[in-house]
Amino acid sequence: MMIKIDISKKLHGVSQDMSLDVKLEIKEGEFLAISGQSGSGKTTLLRILAGLEDAQGEIVVSKKVYLDAHNSLATQARGIGFVFQDYALFANMSVEQNLLFVKKDTNLAEHLLHLTGLSTLAKRLPHSLSGGQKQRVALCRAFMSRPKLLLMDEPLSALDPKMRSQLQEDILKLHKEFSTTTLMVSHDPSEIYKLASRMVVLEDGKIINDETPKEILLQTQGSQKFSLRGELLEIKKADIIHVAVVAIGQQIVEVVLDAKEAKQFQVGQIVQVSTKAFAPSLY
Amino acid sequence: MMGLDLEPFLLSFKLAGLTTLILFIFAMPVAWWLSQTRCRCKPFVEAVVSLPIVLPPSVLGFYILFAFSYNSPVGAFFEDVFGIKLVFSFSGLVVASCLYSFPFMVQPLQGGFTSLNKNMLEASYVAGKSKMQTLLYVALPNIKPALLSALIITFAHTVGEFGVVLMVGGSIPGETKVASVAIYEMVEIMDYSQAHIYSALMLLLSFLVLLAVYSFNIKHNKRIGLG
Repeated sequence: MMIKIDISKKLHGVSQDMSLDVKLEIKEGEFLAISGQSGSGKTTLLRILAGLEDAQGEIVVSKKVYLDAHNSLATQARGIGFVFQDYALFANMSVEQNLLFVKKDTNLAEHLLHLTGLSTLAKRLPHSLSGGQKQRVALCRAFMSRPKLLLMDEPLSALDPKMRSQLQEDILKLHKEFSTTTLMVSHDPSEIYKLASRMVVLEDGKIINDETPKEILLQTQGSQKFSLRGELLEIKKADIIHVAVVAIGQQIVEVVLDAKEAKQFQVGQIVQVSTKAFAPSLY
Repeated sequence: MMGLDLEPFLLSFKLAGLTTLILFIFAMPVAWWLSQTRCRCKPFVEAVVSLPIVLPPSVLGFYILFAFSYNSPVGAFFEDVFGIKLVFSFSGLVVASCLYSFPFMVQPLQGGFTSLNKNMLEASYVAGKSKMQTLLYVALPNIKPALLSALIITFAHTVGEFGVVLMVGGSIPGETKVASVAIYEMVEIMDYSQAHIYSALMLLLSFLVLLAVYSFNIKHNKRIGLG
């Protein structure tokens, strides 16, 4: 199976109008992460693929024409799976009914709930679930139609880091079992690295980078062993040295500075923490 | 309480019940369409739908009376084709009430549909469900408080209508003499004791209806975790 996308659409951005022009070929079973700043057209691209928004151009998914110059296949007939950032569960239906509403396949529903550890919650209504549980249900629901194409729009961005990594395991598990071709919008480098086999970066509606996650995400230069960006939170004086406290991602690290260095930095500044030999330094 | 004629009350509730039922069927697609459409004609349609709220009932009643008379195409059509006389008849009252109470059914439903999570409706389309299936199985069950408000307010508003009923129906006992018209006539002939009883009954019924709506809303919100 091969997915061919060649679409364009005029978008009215916040600051300026722009045109979304995306040309992509995706192989069967590929897990493609789409990254880029907000307003770069990521969500619109997913919605066009789902048929929730119109566009010019061509979309062909395993010889089935979703969109061409004459026709646009209705969302209902595309047979895709879609996972929304805000879960979008049917609030009036129990967990189980949410799945069965897509397709009356009790065996598959049971299997999916078992796989994601939700079996005991099958009769519960969505409002009584945690965010992570809700997104698991949404994930299971998306697989009920055994979709050829799964689209996920920042599925984990509303969850805390621990929940996120558990959900990543679930996504990986389901992706392996169903070998569904998947497109996921994400901002989280560790998530992209863990899940995706390929990554594209969108900027102002155009693809500016299309490689493996490792090639795009690894950011050290020259002899640096590592280089991390973080926010300087505090500079503490301890005896004759100074200690800088820096927040990097979800972690806090301390870096020793001398008095002269301590004067150069201001709290709130974005700094790079890197090391060439063994002594970490800020610059 | 001797000689208390309950017929005007029964007539009022029969009229309100029929109007609510008919409007539920006809107003729902309009409310759904208004909540989903991006058509430029939407403000125009909304303005027409809401007209009965701002129009004096006598004005509306006058136009309806005019349209229902045998001299107008509408009146002639109903009488010639269905054999129904719309002026000063119960059927005419039902049609007039439907026109008069239309916005009271459409607006709460439209508000309910608009407040639904758009992604939830799209999730239903993605799952292969048609607009109709989505309306029935996803949208409607998730706007129960708005639905109940729409039904009750339409019902109560029809029970309480006076101007249009008087203009279109007159006051024929057992045919068009509803409770509000009956009270008006009692006051006119200075039968205050009967008017008191009728008015108190209307007050009590109206209060109970509203109390039931608000109690249900609290319970429902608790059940779905909003309370």
